[in-house]
Amino acid sequence: METKTKQQTEQGTTKRVTITGAEAVVKCLLAEGVDLLYGYPGGAIMPVYDELYKYQDKLHHVLTRHEQGATHAAQGYARATGKVGVAIATSGPGATNLITGIADAQIDSTPMVCITGQVGAHLLGSDAFQETDIVGISTPVTKWNYQITKASDIPEVMAKAFYIARSGRPGPVLVDITKNAQFEEFDFEYKKCTSVRSYQPVPNMNMQSVEAAVELINNADRPFVVWGQGVILGEAEEEFKAFIEKAGIPSASTLLGLSALPTKHPLHVGMVGMHGNYSPNKLTNECDVLIAIGMRFDDRVTGDLSRYAKQAKIVHFEIDPAEVDKNVKTDVAVLGNVKETLTAALPLLEENSHKEWLQEFRNLDAVEFDNVIKNDLFPTKEGLTMGEVIKQINEASKGKAIVVTDVGQHQMVASRYAEFNQTKSNITSGGLGTMGFALPAAIGAKMGTPEREVVAVIGDGGYQMTIQELGTILQTKAAVKIVVLNNEFLGMVRQWQQLFFDKRYASTTMINPDFVTIAKGYHMAANRVTKREELATAVQEMMQSKEAYFLEVCVEKEDNVFPMIPTGASVSDVRLK
Amino acid sequence: MSTKNTYTVSIYTENNVGLLNRISAIFQRRHINIESINSSSSEIKSVSRITLLVKITEEQIKKIIGQIEKQVEVIKAFYHTDEETIYQESCLFKLSTDLLTDNDEIQTIINQSKSRVINVNKGFFVLEKSGTKEEVEELYRILDKHGIMQFIRSGRIAITKDEMPVSQLLQLITA
Repeated sequence: METKTKQQTEQGTTKRVTITGAEAVVKCLLAEGVDLLYGYPGGAIMPVYDELYKYQDKLHHVLTRHEQGATHAAQGYARATGKVGVAIATSGPGATNLITGIADAQIDSTPMVCITGQVGAHLLGSDAFQETDIVGISTPVTKWNYQITKASDIPEVMAKAFYIARSGRPGPVLVDITKNAQFEEFDFEYKKCTSVRSYQPVPNMNMQSVEAAVELINNADRPFVVWGQGVILGEAEEEFKAFIEKAGIPSASTLLGLSALPTKHPLHVGMVGMHGNYSPNKLTNECDVLIAIGMRFDDRVTGDLSRYAKQAKIVHFEIDPAEVDKNVKTDVAVLGNVKETLTAALPLLEENSHKEWLQEFRNLDAVEFDNVIKNDLFPTKEGLTMGEVIKQINEASKGKAIVVTDVGQHQMVASRYAEFNQTKSNITSGGLGTMGFALPAAIGAKMGTPEREVVAVIGDGGYQMTIQELGTILQTKAAVKIVVLNNEFLGMVRQWQQLFFDKRYASTTMINPDFVTIAKGYHMAANRVTKREELATAVQEMMQSKEAYFLEVCVEKEDNVFPMIPTGASVSDVRLK
Repeated sequence: MSTKNTYTVSIYTENNVGLLNRISAIFQRRHINIESINSSSSEIKSVSRITLLVKITEEQIKKIIGQIEKQVEVIKAFYHTDEETIYQESCLFKLSTDLLTDNDEIQTIINQSKSRVINVNKGFFVLEKSGTKEEVEELYRILDKHGIMQFIRSGRIAITKDEMPVSQLLQLITA
């Protein structure tokens, strides 16, 4: 921090110092409360890394083994803490490797700031070494992005980046900084951003729409709530619970909404969607008022839109005006942060219980139990099921763990059976369906919330997409518990091939390495389970470990995930087998 | 199925590098062709106005306006039908100077089409015409048989009949 301290103390609290752009980047991060960031160095970002070295007592940089891992770790950190995740990379391939994580954060509304180095401004457009138009490439998958070519722009742009990433509907922001801007010296002064004139993060709440929504809900005989991640992002878990409890409304979660309400809450009727529960899917087409709260009617939730809740009046509590009427036409849209709108709605809401209606869910739950759950959780066949592994994790963690999942069959099984007692406990790649997400995301989640148990449940396919992040665990000692459910298949694709492509298993069989040996190669305690009688003990041993632990469970090869709504089918056509 | 219409989209934005890319990507992603596009300053200082023309259904344009307004640097976006706007396109024809001297018909065409000569050289002259797309196309058809050396048409620019309260909106946001 050997800066030329031409310090000029201005009126007020701001202090001007002459520093380099690179040091300014670090100072901006500190001013935004960042204490942890993930990244990978390279030529065009070296000046910033040099400052990270000098500031390492204040700002912990974690070297991942691939830039994609840095983005997913930042996402895991953001999802577990509610804070902005930060990833940093060099220009060219370093920057392009961030794209998958950025796209994932965009579609799952995760607050993230990515910083990339760029070639010197005089080289822009010259096809210089490791030059890539990352601002152009990342435009469609960022909430906002900007290229800085002079140091004096750094404070304002960085402040704006953090403000935009975290405000309103959160999302990823990319800031690209040319190398000359990192070297240049300027008078640094930081001011937090509190508004951008063209940007209204949260629409103004309209009390009339709140009243109209409540009137529909009060008059409903069969109201049904589907909530999404908006409840978690809006930190509205308590308001949400009070809302559904007062009106006695059966409520189902989307994939990303899970853990906003404890799994065992009496009004929790499971998860909607392609592999969601039987009752909420089936009864979507039987309710008279569908109340969507902080969710966006993804196609994996709705199935065929022309046969989705057509009988119901639709009420949509939503922060993003572009989501209203995008997929499902609403009767009443209540714009705003759900924390604010649900609070406004609560006093107007009439107390109710809807016992008979709730019982209809429970009756169908019994059907699902007999046809699916019983075989998943209490199997009598020889092969291990994914469901019984999740059940053991629930028992060992008492539902207190953060469960990070990858993408595929294991993800759906874990989402169906994992028990959540506290919010921000479900971290998964929803919208983008990014295989390889879980391992690095679990590292970020664990480092962001070291007091919590973090269990990553991953398939054998996705695990190998970012397996190199075991190196990050080795270096950081992040005590992540890794469970690989190995069926030696890309299971979800194989399931579709079985059901819709006459069992032509095109490129879905996996010849896998010895995962336990690999984990041990990274000096990680590791175990493999192949028999049911070993499972409970092995899971307990893993959970009791104070350090990172790898557990491979060899599960039945050709199990399928049910219930299932085939693509193009209606939610009421949800299949049990 | 709803029918496709021509919509004039007016987007008030900050004047920043890359924003046009962000907006055009919204159309490209949905496989919608932009018929014409024009970017200029607006009636508000430091605010740009992008005018573009698309042929899509009203349901589509409503959703797209939502996606455009969602962009951080977009202040406000509007869409209007042809009936709701007063619009013009401008075009330039490069024609041989011989036509001016040797051909009486050309003078009549210029007068009747309400176009004007904006430049005359030894070898060529330039004819300017503003009007609707149909008027421009009609003039093109007429001049074509005399030989057009070069032709260029601008994107549509449009003034809406109703108010676009962008200034008030900006005041609200900055207040």
